Amino acid sequence: MAPTSTAPESGTITLEVNGTAVAFARPGTVALLDLLRNDLGLNGAKYGCGLGQCGACTVLVDGVPARACILPLAVARGRRVTTLEGLASAPGLHPVQQAFVDAQAAQCGYCLNGMILTTVALLARNPSPGEAEIRRELSGNLCRCGTHVEILKAVRRAAELMGSSGDAGADAGRRP
Amino acid sequence: MYSKTQSAPIGASAPIGESAPIGTAETAPSRRDILKLSAAGALVLGVVLRGGKSFAEEAPGGGKALLAVPGDTPRPNAFVHIAADDTVTVIVKHLDKGQGVTTGLPTIVAEELDADWSQMRFAFAPADAQLYNNLAFGPVQGTGGSTSVANSWNQLRKAGAAARAMLIAAAVDAWKVPATEVTIEKGVLRHKSGKSARFGELAEAAARQPVPMDVHTKDPKDFRLIGTSFHRIDHIEKTDGTARYALDIRRPGMLTAVMQRPERFGATVKSVDDAAARAVKGVVDVVTVPQGVAVLAENTWAARQGRDALKIAWDDSKAEMRSSAEMLADYRSAAQSQGALALKSGDAEQALKSSGKVVKAEFVFPYLAHAPMEPLNCTVEKAADGSYDFYAGSQFQTIEQAVAAATLGVTPDKVRIHTVWAGGSFGRRATPNGDYFAEAAAIMAKTDGKRPVHLVYTREDDIKGGRYRPMFFHAIEAALDPKGGVAAWKHRLVGQSFMKGTAFEPVMFKGGVDSTAVEGVADMPYAVPNLLVDWHDAPSPVSTLWWRSVGHSHTAQAVEVMIDDLAHAAGQDPVAFRIAMLKDHPRHVGVLKLAAEKAGFGETLPAGRGRGIAVHESFNTFVAMVADVTVKGTAVKVDRLVIAVDCGIAINPDIIRAQMSGGAGYGLGAALRNKITFDKGVVEQANFDSYEPLRMSDMPVVEVHIVPSQEPPTGVGEPGVPPVAPAVSNAVFAATGKRLRSLPFDFDSLGNA
Repeated sequence: MAPTSTAPESGTITLEVNGTAVAFARPGTVALLDLLRNDLGLNGAKYGCGLGQCGACTVLVDGVPARACILPLAVARGRRVTTLEGLASAPGLHPVQQAFVDAQAAQCGYCLNGMILTTVALLARNPSPGEAEIRRELSGNLCRCGTHVEILKAVRRAAELMGSSGDAGADAGRRP
Repeated sequence: MYSKTQSAPIGASAPIGESAPIGTAETAPSRRDILKLSAAGALVLGVVLRGGKSFAEEAPGGGKALLAVPGDTPRPNAFVHIAADDTVTVIVKHLDKGQGVTTGLPTIVAEELDADWSQMRFAFAPADAQLYNNLAFGPVQGTGGSTSVANSWNQLRKAGAAARAMLIAAAVDAWKVPATEVTIEKGVLRHKSGKSARFGELAEAAARQPVPMDVHTKDPKDFRLIGTSFHRIDHIEKTDGTARYALDIRRPGMLTAVMQRPERFGATVKSVDDAAARAVKGVVDVVTVPQGVAVLAENTWAARQGRDALKIAWDDSKAEMRSSAEMLADYRSAAQSQGALALKSGDAEQALKSSGKVVKAEFVFPYLAHAPMEPLNCTVEKAADGSYDFYAGSQFQTIEQAVAAATLGVTPDKVRIHTVWAGGSFGRRATPNGDYFAEAAAIMAKTDGKRPVHLVYTREDDIKGGRYRPMFFHAIEAALDPKGGVAAWKHRLVGQSFMKGTAFEPVMFKGGVDSTAVEGVADMPYAVPNLLVDWHDAPSPVSTLWWRSVGHSHTAQAVEVMIDDLAHAAGQDPVAFRIAMLKDHPRHVGVLKLAAEKAGFGETLPAGRGRGIAVHESFNTFVAMVADVTVKGTAVKVDRLVIAVDCGIAINPDIIRAQMSGGAGYGLGAALRNKITFDKGVVEQANFDSYEPLRMSDMPVVEVHIVPSQEPPTGVGEPGVPPVAPAVSNAVFAATGKRLRSLPFDFDSLGNA
């Protein structure tokens, strides 16, 4: 089961989660989401559909958004996984999280993990995306409350915040 | 300035997940906790214990809870806790599933207390119908019908004002000054002599003061917080991953349960072969309950594997076996005869015969799933004394408590409900039979009770699981009055009642008619001298339920598209035509005019673009919307929505705007492409690939304008839904001359010559 102690044993799969090496003695077919939530107690990534359709389970794998609900453990082997909990590089909020707070971009909040991490990856790739690019990028992340207007505002605000601190921009999607 | 909230603490420490090596913790590990351990070079992820005591053990913030006071007197003690650390915790009796009541309700208290927003906290109330009933529901604690703010308004104003008076009384005792000379601003009491005290310093002395029986609430002109812009109380925890939803609950030794329900509604279990399921590693038990067959396992993955291995024979003898086309044919057939009379004024039949210009229209509305982002789930744990703890995004606490207690064979006081964040609901979590609580309780009752059980729905369980907005068929005939306006309107509805046979039936049925089936039609605001509204129930084993805005989710489309048709037939401007028939409805007219003005309604648009308007009242809130669309062949893009809302006093304008655009987005997504359909009784949709919600790329630009008002505040969670479909439909008509009446919109029909 679960993370093992010190040296990885044979039959375990090791990866890095939020800057810490973790070894799992579990079948390689188990979805990463189950391990993050059940074994590591990292609840930032949410179960929404189990089919990679809604984006609530988004994590960054080597800085690229991935759907943890359909990502087999074996595929995550040796990779760098960042979850919402591991986003900020210092106590407090990452600039993208701050932007979501500033824009009042939460209703039920269940989709925000995916919205925030997808935004982090977008801004790492393009620090000043246009409206069409923002909408395109976030179209794979579903929100049922209808918070779309505030979330779009948050992404624009995040681009502003990250633009005003080069440091934060460079940090996007990296491990702390 | 952001106030980091403390949601209700949930019991003592518990391990995270099923794996022991992680250690124990009361909450998920914070990033900082993990960093501490990784800095020490350990390979094992761990967490640092945080102290956590249940609400019953200690008042939030560590201060003293004031004693409870029964009766109708102001009850600061039930709703307001002021702690030594200056935090003010408001006990929220409603579920927050995104609509913002954990901000809105504390705002009312903060206003009367003259507290600073940064010191405000909230805690979800326990299940207690004596203290925390919804005043709009009678002796029932629950959330629905956009009533949270409306029913709490006076209750919390009085609670806040009473707590304020008790703080002042404590200052008077301490300072030996007249009460009239004590002022409060942003959480600090002051006297002109220079004496001052923070709330926390006086909290204990205030708790000893008698609760004033008659309190003075503020004149709205003195509001400092209400009507201003400030941060939601839940933003930080919802953006940093610490917010705990029901699906995040972990209890020691907890099993995960998934249930196989029949694929046809009304079917029952005939026989079960669970040998293969039990052979799956991690599966602990398989139990048959009235709702289906549940697999209990050490983790979700094993539970799902086990469920896939079940071999169940179902008894379909009482099941729904029809396909959607057959259902619609049955509805059309029923509509040939008059149904139960919802409203009759004048003589519509006669007026239709004698009138020149008659417009006829039919509307078909599909079954709809709520599909909240967080699927339904519920954890139940048996305590040593035989009582039970439930953890869920509980929306109907009193019903759920009663149902769970009956299922488990205990009295309701032996069932404690811990309400946590819900990832959306839109009505789904509130059922007249406490459905998923009953399932969890039934499963628990079949076990030895030694291990907590977390019943989870997969997305497929959610989409296929019923409790849909019912399918509806509307047939309308209306006649124009040659002198202007509408002479007659005959409106027949066919659709299933979800109130029938429930505890709500005696209240919700009026004269043999389910009022939620005809709301928005039978009470239409337009002055129509001859109006006939009737309804046929369409019973089916398919389970149905209220869905964000309930009956208005279909009636607004029928009425507002019909009105637009009639305006067109009369050769009149759609706004002027409506206003002429709304003489006794100034708030409808107010939002209609505001939306039209802000949107530039009536401007000439280029070819291929159209602008449409609709107005609708639901839950005592008035909303008008103007939609702009661009139509290219059969492709329709909704470019912009201009929304005007009158919801009385605007407590939190940001939340009102969010709920208006949110309701519009929710309604628009359904109108664009959502439907639940049946093939020989089997639901044809399963997940978001076949039931596709509104995407970011679909969301129009939205403007929300709030009508200034001194009327009591009314709800905003649902009223943003009804006007969006007709506004878009009317805009498409303006662009193309073609009517889209049924939902979801059949854009392909725009390609027909």
